[in-house]
Amino acid sequence: MSTVAAAAHTAHAHHDDRSFIRKYIFSTDHKIIGIQFLFLSLFFLLVGGILAMQIRWQLGFPGKPMPGGTLLPETMAPGGVILPEYYIQLVTMHGTFMVFFAIMLLLVGVYANFLIPLKIGAHDMAFPRINMASFWSAVASGIVMLASMYVPDGAARAGWTMYVPLSAREDLSGAALGQQLWSVSIILFGLSSVLGSLNYITTVINNRAPGMTWFRMPLSIWALFITAILGLLAVPVLAGAAIMLLFEQVLGTHFFDPASGGQALLWQHLFWFFGHPEVYILILPAMGMVSDMIANGSRKPIFGYHSMVFAICGIAFLGWIVWGHHMFVSGMNPTLGSSFMVSTLLIAVPSAIKVFNWMGTMWRGNLRFHVPMLNAIGFVAMFTIGGLSGIFMAATPVDMFIHDTYFIVAHIHYVLFGGSLFAIFGAIAYWFPKMFGRMMSERWGKVHFWLTMVFYNCTFFPMHIIGMAGHMRRLYDPTIYDFLKPVQPMNEFISWSAFALFASQAIFFVNFWWSMFKGEKAPLNPWEDNGLEWTLPSPAPHGNWETPPTVYRGPYEFSAPGVSEDYLPQTKKLPTDREPALTPAGGH
Amino acid sequence: MSQAMADAMSPPFPAERGLDVYNKKLGMWIFLASEVMFFGALIGSYVILRFGAPGEWARPGVVLNIKITAFNTFLLICSSVSMVKAYASIADGDPKKMKFWLLMTILGGACFVGIQVFEYIHLVERGFLPSGVREGSELAELVTAGTLPGATMGLYGSTFFTMTGFHGFHVTCGVLSMLYLYLTKALPGKFTTTDYAGIEVVGLYWHFVDLVWIILFTIVYLV
Repeated sequence: MSTVAAAAHTAHAHHDDRSFIRKYIFSTDHKIIGIQFLFLSLFFLLVGGILAMQIRWQLGFPGKPMPGGTLLPETMAPGGVILPEYYIQLVTMHGTFMVFFAIMLLLVGVYANFLIPLKIGAHDMAFPRINMASFWSAVASGIVMLASMYVPDGAARAGWTMYVPLSAREDLSGAALGQQLWSVSIILFGLSSVLGSLNYITTVINNRAPGMTWFRMPLSIWALFITAILGLLAVPVLAGAAIMLLFEQVLGTHFFDPASGGQALLWQHLFWFFGHPEVYILILPAMGMVSDMIANGSRKPIFGYHSMVFAICGIAFLGWIVWGHHMFVSGMNPTLGSSFMVSTLLIAVPSAIKVFNWMGTMWRGNLRFHVPMLNAIGFVAMFTIGGLSGIFMAATPVDMFIHDTYFIVAHIHYVLFGGSLFAIFGAIAYWFPKMFGRMMSERWGKVHFWLTMVFYNCTFFPMHIIGMAGHMRRLYDPTIYDFLKPVQPMNEFISWSAFALFASQAIFFVNFWWSMFKGEKAPLNPWEDNGLEWTLPSPAPHGNWETPPTVYRGPYEFSAPGVSEDYLPQTKKLPTDREPALTPAGGH
Repeated sequence: MSQAMADAMSPPFPAERGLDVYNKKLGMWIFLASEVMFFGALIGSYVILRFGAPGEWARPGVVLNIKITAFNTFLLICSSVSMVKAYASIADGDPKKMKFWLLMTILGGACFVGIQVFEYIHLVERGFLPSGVREGSELAELVTAGTLPGATMGLYGSTFFTMTGFHGFHVTCGVLSMLYLYLTKALPGKFTTTDYAGIEVVGLYWHFVDLVWIILFTIVYLV
């Protein structure tokens, strides 16, 4: 950690005589844990990206030897040509690593941990040691998942959605230990996730500083809080399902085995009952952080703060009753299908409210196009496209045709990459100074943003088109189908764009690591923001505050009348402010 | 909960508290919510599989020993009572009695697990496995004789062992936690009338585990 001037330090710090191991390795400090999650998740983002590059090689140039492919074992890619058995492992593990170990850890593991105590005025999480356990169980989970790719028979290969019977039966998939390790890893991940959630929920409910009422919390914290509730309730269902899948292979149980009275569809219901709240876990924190960044970049209060909160709650609530829309083609009763269609279409409403409110925030604002703002605006635009394609899927008759095609893949990547990942790039740049005491390069951040924006759209937009042409998901060789031959040039184009997209991320990685050591030293409040974290030194000290700050207003008082600057920190007391009705140290 | 305990359990600095429940207890309630979802997934699957089963389900008491398990259920319920007594003792300022009742609870829980393990061994010996009925075993003969429905024994075994196994795992974790508290805090006298959060929190967990068992006993053994 960079040292901070003594004067500023003594105002806030505790005497810190922890050893190096206790300070940086087995730390209970939420900020260190957040940074640990950042390093872990960025590593897995890279792993997921490398897997994607191999997928794109095979799709763009089917049957051709891949550069570097001779490094792979003969069982996976003889002569560098990817085998179908390996291809489906690539597809499965790309999804698994990206969903769980990249996006979930980046959004929740990093930012719930780093931001919650800072932005609500707490010393740390409610249960710091449980927080540490949450990180290390995520590490264990990641190691097991990586290991699953190196066992002799290879990794799990039934898609990240692990449908039975392919996932349950070794004789069908060829994967035994690899599949079992996938299940074990997911169970460990579930433990990590639940431990984290209970920390975030308790901390937000009970550890807010005086004056930090519910409706003075930043939207990033609201989103992280609601996300934690979703995770708390949905992830255990996945854990239960993964346990049942593990037992199916290891103990010979018959949950999903029709020959013995089991039901294959049971897996789908269990998985998607988790899976749909999961996708809101993958987007809500991004939405919350985007709200913070857009209000800051617009120098205006967020438009419709209360409706933004209710929209987050609405999306989270509705997310529980739509899971069947992933199963429209499973043969369900059409009446049941219609009820899922209606509830799914309804989710568009709170989502659209949020999009309009972001636009309303920017409208006639004194716009500052700093790197976080660019990425946040990119989020709004790309998420809108992803959400619009979702409307097509919500309509059951349309979904009959586009289910399991690249139209779905386009949707997924528009909301997860165009949405969540752009928000993450923005958030990393935004809170980097508070994490590391230095600024990321603004120029290279902009170069990275524009290159990514161009290549990302070139990669994923055409997927809508080839999907409508009937290009299936998880397909090894499109050229064996006559009806797909016309779109094969598009596959090539997508692959070239994907390679360029991946290469562009080198700019981000270099910017990130170089700035950590050589970046411009960060002031207290580089973005002139109102949140509590910006009143602390960069980086923030252990324990955050000696005594919790007092909060006098909400977090979006930009361009407030009667104030000389265009921002007004939450903790700054004006002559007209009253002290909050202090809850005494007995907490009643 | 006494006012003194409430004051002791709140953080020593002013805070905007959302709920009048101290953090450790709130954390346990939230954790139990996740456990409800976990057991809900297992129990819900059991219900779906049983109602959708391709044939009759085994009649109660043929495979499983209801008498011993009924005693076990009674034992677990009694351990919940002793847990309450432990909590009441320390709330009233009697650490000696609390230690006694906590020990009783630990013993009750440990006996429950022990009897369950004994039952599992016996069931496996008779040929009952998570995969169903073992060929050539005593239960296999009952299937041939028609006393047990062969078509659903696979599901019966799968659901039985998974649900009761995970419940047993949770009881074991509870026993170990209580033992840890007993050795590190109860015996050295660290629980006082103003600080017994550990007892209350582990008590909540223990009552939850008991409640899940009552549900499981009913829908797995009796029905």
